[in-house]
Amino acid sequence: MAPNDSAETIGEATSTVVGRRKTARYIVPVAVAGVAAATIGLVPALASSGDPDLPKISAQELIEKIAASDEEQLSGTFKISTDLGLPLDGLAGSLVPGGEGKDGGAAAPQDKLMELTSGTHTLRVAADGPERQKLSVLGDASEYSVIHNQGEVWAYDSASDEVYHAEAPEGRDAGKHAEKAPKGPEGAPATPKDFAEQALAAAGDTTSVTVDGTAQVAGRDAYQLLIKPKQSGSTIGSVRIAVDAENGVPLKFTLSAASGGKAVVDAGFTKVDFSKPAASTFAFTPPKGAKVTEADELETGKDERGAAQKALPGQLAELDGLAGEGGFNVIGEGWTSIAEIKSPGGKGLPEAGSDDMPAEAQGFLDALGDKVTGKFGSGTVFKTRLVNALLTDDGSVYVGAVTKDALVRAADAAAK
Amino acid sequence: MSQAEKSQAERARLSDPQGSRHPLWTLGLLRSEITTLLRRHRTYALLGVLAAVPVLIGIAVRIETGGGGGGGEGGPDGGAGPAFLAQVTNNGYFLVFAALAATLPVFLPMAVGVVAGDAVAGEANSGTLRYLLVAPAGRTRLLLVKYASVLVFCLIATLVVAVSALAAGALLFPVGDVTTISGTRIGFGEGVVRAALTALVVAVSLTGFAAIGLFVSTLTGSGIGAMAATVGLLITVQILDSIPQLSGVHPYLFAHYWMSFADVLREPVHWDDLSKNFQLQGLYVAVFGSAAWARFTAKDITA
Repeated sequence: MAPNDSAETIGEATSTVVGRRKTARYIVPVAVAGVAAATIGLVPALASSGDPDLPKISAQELIEKIAASDEEQLSGTFKISTDLGLPLDGLAGSLVPGGEGKDGGAAAPQDKLMELTSGTHTLRVAADGPERQKLSVLGDASEYSVIHNQGEVWAYDSASDEVYHAEAPEGRDAGKHAEKAPKGPEGAPATPKDFAEQALAAAGDTTSVTVDGTAQVAGRDAYQLLIKPKQSGSTIGSVRIAVDAENGVPLKFTLSAASGGKAVVDAGFTKVDFSKPAASTFAFTPPKGAKVTEADELETGKDERGAAQKALPGQLAELDGLAGEGGFNVIGEGWTSIAEIKSPGGKGLPEAGSDDMPAEAQGFLDALGDKVTGKFGSGTVFKTRLVNALLTDDGSVYVGAVTKDALVRAADAAAK
Repeated sequence: MSQAEKSQAERARLSDPQGSRHPLWTLGLLRSEITTLLRRHRTYALLGVLAAVPVLIGIAVRIETGGGGGGGEGGPDGGAGPAFLAQVTNNGYFLVFAALAATLPVFLPMAVGVVAGDAVAGEANSGTLRYLLVAPAGRTRLLLVKYASVLVFCLIATLVVAVSALAAGALLFPVGDVTTISGTRIGFGEGVVRAALTALVVAVSLTGFAAIGLFVSTLTGSGIGAMAATVGLLITVQILDSIPQLSGVHPYLFAHYWMSFADVLREPVHWDDLSKNFQLQGLYVAVFGSAAWARFTAKDITA
């Protein structure tokens, strides 16, 4: 394009000055971008620098504080990141919602909550005493909510507009809650509380429990409880629980693997409010026209589904089933305890029988594990970042949060 | 051409030197810009397409569910289509959200890209830019007015989609109390307020992209070139945003938080992603707006 006439008539020197002035204008957008980049870089660094100054407290006192905590009303946003390193993360995810999952209605909680075991999820929790709780999993432009309101359990999946309804008999309710872990059976609000209790149950001579400084979690001052195995051979590096300094509610739970790297489980509140949630939060009426699945209707289809689920490796349901049929005992204690499961009749696992498992899947399974041999014979080790399992060729299974070597040692010892 | 000349005559009227002293002068210029924009056949075509999308979605869903009887099926794979599609059969209100979710990735920003890309480059192309600059408005003010008219178009386009969807939804499906995606229930009136708020959020989501379009528009004298570059950039960013390996840069892409508008329908409203979206759009407006200013005020206007 031709330059302006005026530009041509202006002398050399003037045009340089004008040119420089023109170029100078571009400093503005560059400066704006620079300031923005600096802000993005600096703000998190500044925000995380201030660990609160709290009076010293012993580990014993802190655990008591947790135990004494009686907060029953809270609402908040909760973030959970899990990196179990399951070889089947993607596969399990793709198999569960399809086919057999449909039988139970898309809104049935079991399948949905399985999805929480991998990746990062944002949850919302609300609780008002033992009678009313709500847990929502926030998806892309959708939400999956489980609502417990005075004896009734509703689950609503907004993506498919389907509803699941169940009465909440106490026993069943407790079982379900334990399974999905976010809420204690007694209706205690804190989601990390179950995690904390599980970790503390494993304590004793085998465990060191200390208070490791303070932290800010969800804008609240918190003590950090650090739990570490004293034994070697465990895949668990440490468990860190941030406990609200004021009311003893566990706010954040971090489980790190001994091998280092990203935390295996990192779950904590990003926002928390200990005031009573609005009653409307727990009110649920199925939307007009939505498909409602009653829990009773599900029972009929359950057997097929159960069988189908057993065929999925990586699902602990399978192990539960086996525990009933064959021998089940625990080797070792504390962090390095290993579960030993003997199949009845020395037969292999159901999938090894290949009645309900196609040959391709069997080959795939073999490819996932490492072949090991020892005094016990030979077998396959399936590894995740946390839990390893040894499946011997004679059908025994050794499972534990221990290293591969520890599994082989246990199998050797058992073979003697 | 005759249309351009007509609008030119109108602008000449407004660029009366006496008028420039008047504080409302800028408003007058803005009004003339907006009327020029809204009188163009191209604008009608863009808005017409946008209004047709919700109607098409509504009719398709209606036919698919065989007269809206059973409902709940929502197609064999509820997750594959645009969000909110499953709810539409049971409550026509959700067509607003389904339509916004369907148009936001491509149609809406494409329309905005056409208007923004043409804002300056189109004037230069048709040789009317220098007449505009004869008026003592100043280039900065002209650029601001151009950007403001693009923003008005963002809002109009979004509202056209929302209103058309609400009308189509009410005609084709039953409407009533709204169940938020969190499972709580709100009245239809409050639902409409939420829908309006959502349309506003979507319009704000487009401001960053509009600023990019305006900047591209100042770079070239070809209207078509600016539109193509702007829309091409949009498609590139959408592709980048869908590649999981690039997750590190995703939070900085202007389109990354667009779908956060759905968070308005949570109870209580989930502001985290929405505020991230607003901050990101503000950043894009600041960077590309000032870049457009730097370019436009220093540019040789030849046409």
